[in-house]
Formats: sequence, C-alpha cells, structure tokens
Amino acid sequence: MSLTILRPGLLTTVQDLGRYGYQRIGVMVSGAMDSFAHRMANLLVGNEQGEATLEITLIGPVIRFEKDALIAICGADFSPSMEGIPVPTWRPVWVRKGSILKFSPSEVGARAYLAIAGGYAIDPVMNSRSTFLRAGIGGFQGRALKAGDVLNFRSSSNWFDSGVQNDLPFTYSAWRISKNLLPLYRKNPTIRVMEGGEYEWFTREAQANFFSAPFTVSSQSDRMGYRLTGPKMAVHEQRELISEAVTMGTVQISSDGNPIVLMADRATTGGYPKLAHIATVDLPLLAQVRPGEQLWFYKITLQEAQRLWIRREREIQQLIQGINFYLRLDKTRHSQ
Amino acid sequence: MRYQLKPLGDQAVIVSFGNTIDPETHRFIKTFTAHLHEHPFPGLIECVPAFTTVTVYYDPGLWIQENDSRLPYDHVCETVETILTALPEQEETAARFVEIPVCYGGELGPDLEFVAQHNGLSSDEVIRIHCEGRYLVYMIGFSPGFPYLGGLSEKIAAPRRSSPRLVIPAGSVGIAGQQTGIYPIATPGGWQLIGRTPLSLFRPNMEEPSLLQAGDIIRFCQISEDEFKFWMD
Repeated sequence: MSLTILRPGLLTTVQDLGRYGYQRIGVMVSGAMDSFAHRMANLLVGNEQGEATLEITLIGPVIRFEKDALIAICGADFSPSMEGIPVPTWRPVWVRKGSILKFSPSEVGARAYLAIAGGYAIDPVMNSRSTFLRAGIGGFQGRALKAGDVLNFRSSSNWFDSGVQNDLPFTYSAWRISKNLLPLYRKNPTIRVMEGGEYEWFTREAQANFFSAPFTVSSQSDRMGYRLTGPKMAVHEQRELISEAVTMGTVQISSDGNPIVLMADRATTGGYPKLAHIATVDLPLLAQVRPGEQLWFYKITLQEAQRLWIRREREIQQLIQGINFYLRLDKTRHSQ
Repeated sequence: MRYQLKPLGDQAVIVSFGNTIDPETHRFIKTFTAHLHEHPFPGLIECVPAFTTVTVYYDPGLWIQENDSRLPYDHVCETVETILTALPEQEETAARFVEIPVCYGGELGPDLEFVAQHNGLSSDEVIRIHCEGRYLVYMIGFSPGFPYLGGLSEKIAAPRRSSPRLVIPAGSVGIAGQQTGIYPIATPGGWQLIGRTPLSLFRPNMEEPSLLQAGDIIRFCQISEDEFKFWMD
C-alpha cells in the first residue's frame, strides 16, 4: 500500500509530535509546526495523535494514491483537489486507488497536514518519525520528499469500503470538525506571549514597543525560526548570557536587536536574551503565518497561558470523543 | 547549593545555580540531572543540563486536577524544590574518560598554522598543548553531540574566523576564543579548524546516540593521516 510523490512541492516532510528525550545531547525536537492541525488530521482517520503526517509548506505536492486510502487534510487551506473536484479539509476522505491529489496556493496559512489511516510505514529514529533535516535523519530518508518517492502506508482497522463510486476519485464524510473549534487561523494575527527570562534586561521603550508595534515576518523564516523586523529591542547594557536551554516559542533578541521566534527545528540551547515566550496554545497560529505577514503580541501571564492550555486540551478531549463516535457510526453504516 | 526557578514558556522550568561556570556547579548539575533521570517524577518529559542551569520540560496535562486552583507550574516547582532539598551536595560520581584521536594540520586542520602564528608557537607546540589538556564536557548543545568543553590552555586560544565557513566537515576539531570543540555533523561555522577526528560523535542508530555526555572528561591524542584513513574505512 503506497502513494507516489509526483511533484514534491516547496518543502514536504514527514513529521510527528517531535523527538523528545534527546535534547540533553543536542538533538532538536523537530515535529509538526502546527501540532493542532497535525493531531486533528490523525484523529480524523482513526490514528493515534502522534502518528506521522506529511507537512506541506506553502506550495503543495502532487500525490498519486496507488491503493484505496482513508485520508484527512488539516491546517491551511491549499484548495486540495482530485480531477478538478475540491477535496474538503478537516474531515475524513476516502480516496480511490489511482486518484491524484493536487494543491493550489493558499489564501491564509502556510502549512497543511496530510494524514493517512494506518500511518506512513516509516521506521522511527530515536523514538520519532520526524524529519531532522540538518542531521539527515528520521522521516523519509532524513530529507524532504522528492518527485518519484514512494511512501508506504500500513493497513488500518479503521479502513472500510466506503463505496466510492467508480466515476469519482473520492468520497467524504457528512461531518467535519466545526470551524468554531479551530484556533483562530487568520492573517496578521495577534499572538499571546509571556515575559521571558531576560525581560528585565530590555529598556522600558523596548518592552512597550514589543507589545504595541507590529512586527513583520521576514523571508528568512523557516522551521527553525521566524526572524521578525520592527522596532529594535534595546537592552540597558550589553551582557553575556551563559548558554542554556531554549524551546519552541522562545522569543530571543539577536545582537542586532531583532527578535527571532524559535520554532520546531530550533537548536536545543541558545545564548541570546529571551524577551518573551509564545503561549503554547497560540503556536499553531504562529505556525500558519507566512513570510511578509505582520504579527502583534499581547501580554499574558504564565497562569493565563497554562489555563488557556488546559482549556484547549479539554476541548480537544471532547473533540476526540466526537470524532471517534462519528467514525464508528460511518463504519457501522457502511458495513450494513 | 543555592538555586532559582523561573519559567521557560508554559511547559518548562529553568533551575538556575548562579552565574559562574565552574566544576563545582557542574558537579551539582550532574548529580541533579542524574537523579531526575533515574527517578523521573510524573509529568517529566526530559531535562537539559547546561553550564549553570538545568531546564526541566514537563507535560502540564498530568498535573490537572478538578478543583485545584494551583497550576501545573506550581506543582512542578514544588516537586523540583523537594528533590533539590533532599539531594546530597557532595555526591561524587565518577566521570567517564574519553580519548579523541585527532589528525592535526594539513587539509584536515587548515587553520593550525594560523593558531600557531597567532600565539607565536610552532604547529607542533599547538598540538602538544592541545593534547596535554584535560577537558570537561560542561554541556551538549548547538547541534547533536556537540560538546561545550572547558579547559583550553590560554596559550593556544585564537579568535573566530572573520567569515564563517559554509560547511565544516563532521569530526572537525576547532578553537574559538577560549573554547575548543568538535563538530559532530557538517554545519556552517566560524571556528579555527586545527584537525579532524575519525570518531563519529553522533550515531543516531545506536542506543546511546551521542559519543559524549555532559560530565565526561576528554583528552585529545594525535594520530597520523594514515591512521585517520584507516579509522575512516
């Protein structure tokens, strides 16, 4: 059971929820940039949340399914289609063997996730299937996908004959994840942040500007980090920070005064002062911001960030129950 | 040992032990890290030791209870403080000793001459001094398996290159300021390269993927180009 990459798109990589447990030896976490969309795509096809998905970036790939498959596409809307027919996102889609999936440029958002029932048959490296591009390990041969790559996927107990009619490339469920339950994906979003460890190193003016001025995401932004331009963040005095751990969402200020937001492929440690941290609940929003867009930062406390996270995770638990219920219902209906 | 706790985002806490890089602080960090490794508390994801800090990553989900007004961060801090209070200060753990064979100079160490000239030494003297040192691995960071080493002699310190190289081959041994280090994977970098080791510092398919661990003591020893080639085969 496999699919073939006919065109690779800009940067299509295999990702899961990250490679944890090895940061102490300098191994970055990697993983899906928008973990919410990644988790939902998996759940919609009956996978565990941590199964690998394909992360699609800005320009999508062209993929041929060599076998019938159950898939879900979540995240940015790249107007996916098969034979010119739009493929709906945020819901399970049954694909007929031989169908070719294409993507178009998106209006909003930078990344989409393609999950397949059963999961991609890829051996984990250091307990993760995420691609660690710089070290060339994990994912599909440690690299971004290329034309001609053939990815196998495993069989799934969730698979069932959905009765795709012979003249159609796919069919889909009557239900989907309600838009009300998604993060507020939008252009130029406001992102909630907490003060960072070296917040007090920065001048009053820098602190005030950080929370009131817009920042532009520069074109030198990638899975490693987003470089921002806007008002320069000045420190009271130049001081050396002894290198220590950094994490996804850490906003560090480089020596030229520009912020860098560290993302999935960040190094494990860093020596720049940390002005702020993105609240974990808002990382999916940030993951969908494209170069050239603007960001605003809104200050919250650690307490608020953790409460928001707890609330979000409770919503996700409810979502999981709903998805599982409807998936079972679909299966029962079709087996009658 | 005195410590301070501060959050690193909403899913990690940095435990900080002062502002000086010294073997005593390092020993305590090593003891603390080893303890967390052997006795992980519920919700601990992993911990990352650095020069003066240990960062503890946790899963806030495991600390959520009904009718609990306290947050995951409060619970984790309390747990960490309890561990630190009970931790013996003087526990001496044996350091692993690792020898790193290096072929110095030539194509494998194109900046050896520069380091020698900069310090008014001959290339052989630079090699001798580099091999005489005993280096403590304070932490691993920057890239997989990259050791931050303490113990370089001032006599062979050298500034970074003014323009970094785009690719530094894996195994390159370099000097930058008062530091010496080894590049485990090919990356860009600005260090002065004095030699190369045939050892793999990062071996993703092995049970212990990093050759070096924080707390190891290492020594460099000189090998010939023939020996280097033999090792590489």
